[in-house]
Amino acid sequence: MSTSVKTSHLKNHTSFIQSVKNSLTMAYRGILKIRRTPEQLFDVTLQPIIFTLMFTYIFGGAISGDVQSYLPVIIPGILVQTVISTSIVTGVQLREDMDKGVFDRFKSLPIARIAPLAGALLADTIRYTIATVLTFAMGYIMGYRPDGGFENVLLSALLVIFVSWSVSWIFAFFGVIARTASSVQGISMLVLFPLTFLSNAFVPVDTMPKWLQWFVNINPVTHVVSAVRELTNSGTAGWDLGISLIGAVAIVAVFAPITVRAYMRRT
Amino acid sequence: MEYRPNNGDWAVEANGLVKLFGDNRAVDGVDMNVKAGSIYGVLGPNGAGKTTTIRMLATLLRPDAGSARIFGHDVVKESQIVRQLIGVTGQYASVDESLSATENLIIFSRLLGLGRAESKKKAADLLEEFGLTEAAKRPLKNFSGGMRRRLDLAASLIAQPPLIFLDEPTTGLDPRTRSQMWDTIRRLVNTGSTVLLTTQYLEEADQLADRIAVIDRGKVVAEGTGDELKQSVGTSSLHLRVENQSDIEIARQTVEQVLKVPSTLSSEAAKITAPMANADLITDLLIALREKGITLSEVSVQKPTLDEVFLTITGHGVEEDKTKDPNRAEAVTV
Repeated sequence: MSTSVKTSHLKNHTSFIQSVKNSLTMAYRGILKIRRTPEQLFDVTLQPIIFTLMFTYIFGGAISGDVQSYLPVIIPGILVQTVISTSIVTGVQLREDMDKGVFDRFKSLPIARIAPLAGALLADTIRYTIATVLTFAMGYIMGYRPDGGFENVLLSALLVIFVSWSVSWIFAFFGVIARTASSVQGISMLVLFPLTFLSNAFVPVDTMPKWLQWFVNINPVTHVVSAVRELTNSGTAGWDLGISLIGAVAIVAVFAPITVRAYMRRT
Repeated sequence: MEYRPNNGDWAVEANGLVKLFGDNRAVDGVDMNVKAGSIYGVLGPNGAGKTTTIRMLATLLRPDAGSARIFGHDVVKESQIVRQLIGVTGQYASVDESLSATENLIIFSRLLGLGRAESKKKAADLLEEFGLTEAAKRPLKNFSGGMRRRLDLAASLIAQPPLIFLDEPTTGLDPRTRSQMWDTIRRLVNTGSTVLLTTQYLEEADQLADRIAVIDRGKVVAEGTGDELKQSVGTSSLHLRVENQSDIEIARQTVEQVLKVPSTLSSEAAKITAPMANADLITDLLIALREKGITLSEVSVQKPTLDEVFLTITGHGVEEDKTKDPNRAEAVTV
């Protein structure tokens, strides 16, 4: 039997619209996976609850005199710290996913090369949203009443989610280049720990030695924390918000292209 | 390379494909031409380079040298076109473990550009066709090997691609599921698809494939129809053990004289194997052995195994201890 296959109508590139569609489908897959394996959400549900309780009651008296006056300081701090650290999972899961057989199929499909990556990052914003909502809820239960009002709390939540999504590109990069999922976890913790703790998230900067203050003040996490504090506590948006947004965009501008390139090379 | 006009008559044209993993030449200059509408079998042991070859043809791996075209489209330069023409079913099920069968098929359909309702219908149709409707909502973790393979194959057929790659579609399946899989593969070709499959089983290649390439250590060592290949190893093969170890050399000479083919001695040096073109010759052989006073402990005439095809074609047996080789190409490809 002789079969002729006409192939002249086929195109060798993926359109922008198709790329977006493919990415959304991959994000849908990510959400289905979260729904199927809810234990994946342990970290984003338990960490905000435990950390908020722990840090508030341990440091509250020492730093602000009492727990109530520490809340406006710690809730924005713990929020940024928790949500950013949940973005590590993006890299770890991406690595695990890429090792599975199903990734072969994705690679053999005529879809946008970026879609599995973009979809994974997009689906993870759900995780950041859960962590954000829970941290604010914990704060509210403990008596935190932000003076900035609901709209500004919402704005700060969006800011934190956006920043975490940007930071997740860094971990996605590690996820793509690393050999194993556990090494992704290791490298990411190494990057994240100094970034979140060497900031103004938990204690006032002026209590630190001068040389450390220098780093803390240029640490982008400090600016994000300050921006969230300004928004939630006084309803103002200042220079820190600007720096946070610029920093987040800069991270994406650097890491998105190199991640995509490394990812393409591997696939 | 000579330019050949292609009107879609050739599904696969591979010229001198090479893939290196470190120092290991996993694929070492593979040439392959597959006619559209046929089943082509790639036969070889573990680590021969079958999977690596398929992965290069399916745009999953970049060849280090050589070129390949799918219906005339280069796998490197026109990879996105090639992907619209192929379906790939991997050796390890390429479906999502944490999702249900329906969800898997819907996601693949959506990725291939089908609408929401269309995807649902396609998923339901394919599950029906592959007898998976009852298990449609169950998570794949509880699927048997056969069900997983069927789902995997179903996923490859969503876009009705003209060329389908099947990497060891029946390895690890029980005989009943295997023959079901064979029926499915034959049905595919009846609908006009071309199938390129790899296998470790001569019988499978023989049953399904119009042409077979035998591949060993990254090279095609023989190519032809099933009959042509079997002629080279005889239609059956002789296995013979002698009672007395000292008779083994005489027995071997007798075998070679009567059958007029080279024989081989098994590694324990107790068993002689030789290809037989004609099973009737066994009578002559047994008489000759008795005349020489050789007592046999065991004799049998069997269908040739892959081992013997290999022995005859390559001059060495299937090396089972290849699993110890860290550069083994099959499982470690990235």
